[in-house]
Amino acid sequence: MLQYVLKRLLLMIPTILGAAFIIFFILRVVPGDVCELKLGGDGGHYDPVQVEICQKNLGIDRPVYEQFGKFVVGIFTFDYGNSMDTGKPVTHEIGLRFQLSLQIAIMATLVTIIIAIPLGTISAVYQNSWIDYIVRTVSIAGIALPSFWLGILLLLFLLNFSDWMWGIRWSPPLIYKPIWEDPYHNVSQLIWPAVATGYRYSAVATRMTRSSMLEVLREDYVRTARAKGLLEKLIINRHALKNALLPVVTVIGIEFAFLMGGLVVTEQVFNLNGLGQLLVHSVTGKDYTMTQAIVMIIVLVFVFTNFMVDILYAWLDPRIRYS
Amino acid sequence: MEKLLEVKGLKTHFFTSGGVVKAVDGISYDVAPGETVAVVGESGCGKSVGAMSILRLIPDPPGKNMGGEILFQGRDLLELSDAEMRDIRGRDIGMIFQEPMTSLNPVLSIGRQLTETVEHHLKVSRKQAMERAIELLGLVGISEPERRLKQYPHHLSGGMRQRVMIAMSLACEPKLIIADEPTTALDVTIQAQILELMKNLTRELGVAMIIITHNLGVVARYADRVNVMYAGRIVESGTAEEIYHNPKHPYTLALLRSVPRMDQPRGAKLEPVDGQPPDLTKLDGGCAFRPRCRFATESCAQAQPVLEEVAPAHISACFEKDRVGLTAGVTA
Ligand SMILES: Nc1ncnc2c1ncn2[C@@H]1O[C@H](COP(=O)(O)OP(=O)(O)OP(=O)(O)O)[C@@H](O)[C@H]1O
Ligand SMILES: [Mg+2]
Repeated sequence: MLQYVLKRLLLMIPTILGAAFIIFFILRVVPGDVCELKLGGDGGHYDPVQVEICQKNLGIDRPVYEQFGKFVVGIFTFDYGNSMDTGKPVTHEIGLRFQLSLQIAIMATLVTIIIAIPLGTISAVYQNSWIDYIVRTVSIAGIALPSFWLGILLLLFLLNFSDWMWGIRWSPPLIYKPIWEDPYHNVSQLIWPAVATGYRYSAVATRMTRSSMLEVLREDYVRTARAKGLLEKLIINRHALKNALLPVVTVIGIEFAFLMGGLVVTEQVFNLNGLGQLLVHSVTGKDYTMTQAIVMIIVLVFVFTNFMVDILYAWLDPRIRYS
Repeated sequence: MEKLLEVKGLKTHFFTSGGVVKAVDGISYDVAPGETVAVVGESGCGKSVGAMSILRLIPDPPGKNMGGEILFQGRDLLELSDAEMRDIRGRDIGMIFQEPMTSLNPVLSIGRQLTETVEHHLKVSRKQAMERAIELLGLVGISEPERRLKQYPHHLSGGMRQRVMIAMSLACEPKLIIADEPTTALDVTIQAQILELMKNLTRELGVAMIIITHNLGVVARYADRVNVMYAGRIVESGTAEEIYHNPKHPYTLALLRSVPRMDQPRGAKLEPVDGQPPDLTKLDGGCAFRPRCRFATESCAQAQPVLEEVAPAHISACFEKDRVGLTAGVTA
């Protein structure tokens, strides 16, 4: 097991380096830079001397390989440089938003797990019953509805419902406070985007759980368990679920990593300053250091999540643990 | 003698888009306490379905019991509630399946899979169940049982896994074990070991056994009685001795000709059974074996032959049974 963990950890390094390479060079394929953009007026005219000074200050006049080297070293020393736009260290700006995005991602994943695993299992166990049809309809709807739209519906519902119930219009708080400062405030703000996105992701995971479960229920060892006279509940929980969860874990892991940077529109709907928003701004502003840093952090989250998925796999499946 | 199991006119059909598959179509037989009954027949003739119907393990849909009785110690299993049926499964009747590679759960330890039956049926503590598991592994000839308990199925060879399956089926001291081709998936040398083990254990513990196989050699050595199945029915039934030396159904005869025999000269020709097994959705009113039968006459198309006694405790369902015999067949 220890050997397995170490192997996984070592495998992370080439992945990170490869990602760094791609991110760095793709960004620089697009013509123009932050200086031209900042100094250029409406017509796109700018003073070449000013631009040169600006480029020198930011270090983007240096050869590309040198910049790349600095970037790679930065990844491992956690020094991502200063924003080309504001001049402040990017980690400062990212830090605040990372917290928020991470919390939404975790909450949305919890929502997904809470919805998907029981529903997918019930749906498979009672295949082709009315329960199954309801679950399948609800999850198709989840795949079809964009989560930002569901978010808008949620907000409208909250306003009208609170008005009807208590005569005051209540909507989630607008200002973000970390969970350890004011848990109630924090959760009452973030639960709604988490539900909106979690529902959508749970749709995918529910279908996955259902089909995986259906497959497992046809396995010989499930028949063996029945032949032993075990209770159906035990057969599902002990014999089937652990096997059926293997592919579901992968799906949920990938979703989690995606949630970290992919919630641009939902963040807008709920007025949240998350990583998604910051990423879009940095791209349009050609703030290379910022874009690089955010994408790199998303990559790190991805790699780390994959690592966790692998560990979970090994925990669920002794064939991996002992190989 | 008091019967342990009496199957009477059991019918299990599958309702599929391709039609009704009459997988088991009215079979009757008994098993006495401690007796070993073999069920032989070609692939697809309904052996497994017949056996799993006893434990009511046929998935419904598409499978459905279409009649009959299964009296186990006098109680009709088909009348029991699901809870009562669960009490019988694994406690009074154990089951061993064909595929040792897939019949054990890959993510649960051997210990867990052995103890859960004991814990569930005998309501003992985890510790007592563990002791029982160790005892069981010893019984089926697995060395270092304490260590094995912590292992997982992928650590064990096919033969070992089948030993674990046997241990599992014996866990609650059942009265009957149903073994569905327990050795088909194993190497020939291992097959013999496993069969020997099953024979010894059933004798020692006085457990009755229904053993499904398509190997007639197994039948001769290990079974007291034999049921020969064809297209969802029993076509011949008798003591192993009788069936082996005095077959009275053309299908049994054909089966015997298709396997090497100790009591035949070495150079004797083996003849595979000609033709294909019938489509179980398209059976007509006549004898199902007649298209492949060399004794067939006009009357075979008119009606289904019924089981009739040909010798004491030996029955056959064939209109021409008097012409059938090991020597007669050669010239017929
Ligand atoms: N779930 C099912 N749905 C439809 N038909 C089925 C189902 N299970 C079995 N059958 C049919 O029932 C018939 C008997 O099957 P069974 O498994 O009992 O054969 P068998 O004698 O055990 O053969 P084998 O020696 O290959 O194990 C076959 O024709 C099979 O196609
Ligand atoms: Mg079979």
